[in-house]
Amino acid sequence: MKRRDFLKSSAGAGLAAGAAFGLGRYDDLLTSRSENARYDMVAIMGGSPDAMFDLGIQELGGMETFVKKGQKVLVKPNIGWDVVPEYGACTNPLLVSRVIEHVLKAGAKEVYVFDNSVDNGPSCYKTSGIERAARNAGAKVVPAHTERYYQQVNIPGAVVLKTVKVHEVLLDTDVFINVPILKSHDTTRMTACLKNMMGVIWDRRWWHSNNLDQCIADYGLFEKKPVLHVLDCYNVMFRNGPRGISRQDLVQMKSQIITTDWVAGDTAATKLMNLETSRITHISLASKLGLGTMNIDSLNIKRIQM
Amino acid sequence: MKTPFLRKFRIFFSALVFIGFFLVFVDFKNLLPAKYINILLSLQFIPSILKFFDLKTIIAAGFIAVVVLTLLTGRTYCSFLCPLGIGQDIFSRIGGRIRKKFRRYGYKKPFTVVRYTLLLLTIIVSLIWGVYMLTLLDPYSIFGRSMTFFISPAVAVLNNLLEGILAKFDIYSLIHVPVVTYKPFVYIVPALFALLIGGLSLTKGRLYCNMICPVGTLLGLLSKISLLRIRIDEDKCTRCGRCAIGCKSSCIDFLKYDVDVSRCVDCFNCIKTCPDKAISYGIFRLKRKNVNTDTDPERRKFVAGAVLMFLGIPSALRGQEKKAIQSTKESTVKENKTCPVCPPGAISIEDFQKNCTACSLCISNCPTGALQPAWLEYGIAGIMQPVMDYHKGFCNYNCTKCIDICPTNALHPLLLEAKKLTQLGQVHFIKDNCVVKNEKTACGACSESCPTKAVYMVPYEGDLVIPETNPEICIGCGQCEFSCPTTPFKAIFVDGNPVHQVAKKPVTTELEITIPEEFPF
Repeated sequence: MKRRDFLKSSAGAGLAAGAAFGLGRYDDLLTSRSENARYDMVAIMGGSPDAMFDLGIQELGGMETFVKKGQKVLVKPNIGWDVVPEYGACTNPLLVSRVIEHVLKAGAKEVYVFDNSVDNGPSCYKTSGIERAARNAGAKVVPAHTERYYQQVNIPGAVVLKTVKVHEVLLDTDVFINVPILKSHDTTRMTACLKNMMGVIWDRRWWHSNNLDQCIADYGLFEKKPVLHVLDCYNVMFRNGPRGISRQDLVQMKSQIITTDWVAGDTAATKLMNLETSRITHISLASKLGLGTMNIDSLNIKRIQM
Repeated sequence: MKTPFLRKFRIFFSALVFIGFFLVFVDFKNLLPAKYINILLSLQFIPSILKFFDLKTIIAAGFIAVVVLTLLTGRTYCSFLCPLGIGQDIFSRIGGRIRKKFRRYGYKKPFTVVRYTLLLLTIIVSLIWGVYMLTLLDPYSIFGRSMTFFISPAVAVLNNLLEGILAKFDIYSLIHVPVVTYKPFVYIVPALFALLIGGLSLTKGRLYCNMICPVGTLLGLLSKISLLRIRIDEDKCTRCGRCAIGCKSSCIDFLKYDVDVSRCVDCFNCIKTCPDKAISYGIFRLKRKNVNTDTDPERRKFVAGAVLMFLGIPSALRGQEKKAIQSTKESTVKENKTCPVCPPGAISIEDFQKNCTACSLCISNCPTGALQPAWLEYGIAGIMQPVMDYHKGFCNYNCTKCIDICPTNALHPLLLEAKKLTQLGQVHFIKDNCVVKNEKTACGACSESCPTKAVYMVPYEGDLVIPETNPEICIGCGQCEFSCPTTPFKAIFVDGNPVHQVAKKPVTTELEITIPEEFPF
């Protein structure tokens, strides 16, 4: 962050226009919030991942609602596992590339993709098909497998996770789009929007040994929040998650949830998986911290069958 | 042939080979496919001998090609194919730059006793006890260790500097590589050899190759009957001695118009140096005077040794295979590892140790860094051989890199599907160390990353779940141990199998879940 800041400011010092541009972008950041979106959540069923996203994002007013011209955008899929796309352990590469295409069409200057994988990072990037898909769609795929890419930040108001090391690209981008995949999870029972943040931080072991559920919820307080969550529910892993051991662990639900409220997104996801939301500790904790609502009946949801 | 083309060709070819080897050892992004690496490795003399006698197939007989090459052309292997030899040539060149004196060699007498004793000792030890002498003296393995222990980390530092600069400009085409360091003691042998060979080559040319290297000595013996050699035309020679001064093998006795073919590595420098064009490389013709009149007892011994080696190795190995291995996994002290975990394809620690010359290629190529040079894990004889260290990394479920590239067949070929069922060790859970029990908070890092679900979670207090293990389907990849956050002792660890076992396949059944017609919310 500091290094980048220095570069930015030194470039900006020479250019008054550059400074004005910076200010303009800051304004954009404020307006790129979800206020313009027509719905809190769009749930689509019955299409291919990319086609469902086309339809869903249109219902939310298009990607332009979230991304402004010239912005730098981070698209963060789940690339946690050295597993081929058919096994549904990582976000569908089709969906990732379609999200990137929309972001670029909305005028983004640059799109970045990374994930701090659990398996060996470079292998996951390759095997998951996401590296290739993202590159072909025009994104920059950034490594995230060593500590060097991470910088310490504070999380005011956190119960446990007061400081955390996050990826520098997250700090350097203007807009953050979260593209997780819905799966069962050994520990947290399910993983979706909130849990996907474990791929932007460095020291997962610390989380695991210091009240994992609270850490997941706490991280949600960090200022650099995703503006949009695109939850891949096409092939949903119902057991042996988050990695899965065979294709028999999957149920083809052909669904997708696009939302601006991650707690609501995760709540909807638990219902898709027929789980009791209140028993998923990190979701209730996040809701308690005011990160979103578990009462999804109160939301304006658009449901689409394709 | 008198053309300086030969020397240029040698430099060009050896540069290619050297760059190839260099890249193989610093392939941080795992870009080189194993089949290309294997082409490069297949002609390495000692590894290919070991592989041949282990596999017993002619496909692995790169060393026969080297023998034939030597019988035809002399010790071209040492100049064209041996990465350690080429590396020494580079050092000699640097030495010449530092002080001109370093590149003025002149004729010297051969270290006959030393070199043949070492060769004989190597053969005897290899036949009777194992690969220990080869581990120490095989030039390829020495080169490999120098790369893995010193050069590769240095390249990583450079890579990271460059990567950091590029990243400032938003270019992420290079990846940051952790600079690996190993246990301090394992550096002793590689460091000694690097200093010895580095120093000798800097100031004395190919002295190491002609005094210590058993491959050099063996090929030198074969070159004594080689077809093509360096010759001095007595009619043209003016005895200016420039060839002798420039000869890094110190093998040209220009006063006698004689080239010691057992030491000549066919670098062809003399052809270029000779102002009278008296030196050429061509078919050997017997001189009329004093050729091989006196017999050399050392040579006789060697011939006997060489014959023994070629005939004896397979039977010696076959004899060892039948030896049963003491299983140590019966131990009840769960917290302690009773047995080191040896890499996949090893079959058993004993099998593996028979063939591994600790070239460290697998260590430098392991994508997760789980493979580490052993200190005393395997005992004194196994120092520097690769061992799985699950505190540093884990064995990637989808990876067979070490197996694919092992040049000596210490790691036997294993298809990915078979590797996925090869049990390197078994999981042990220490509940009293576990976060879930001690902190009463969720963890499950072990179960999460387990590729076979040999570690799975069962209900514990409240909504908590705690690990349980099914060692039958455990493959000992160590991902649980690597992921476990507890310190200093892990709550879950893999105890090695002295003999690798076959793990049971995880049982999967059809899911009985009806896909909802519409959204349940």
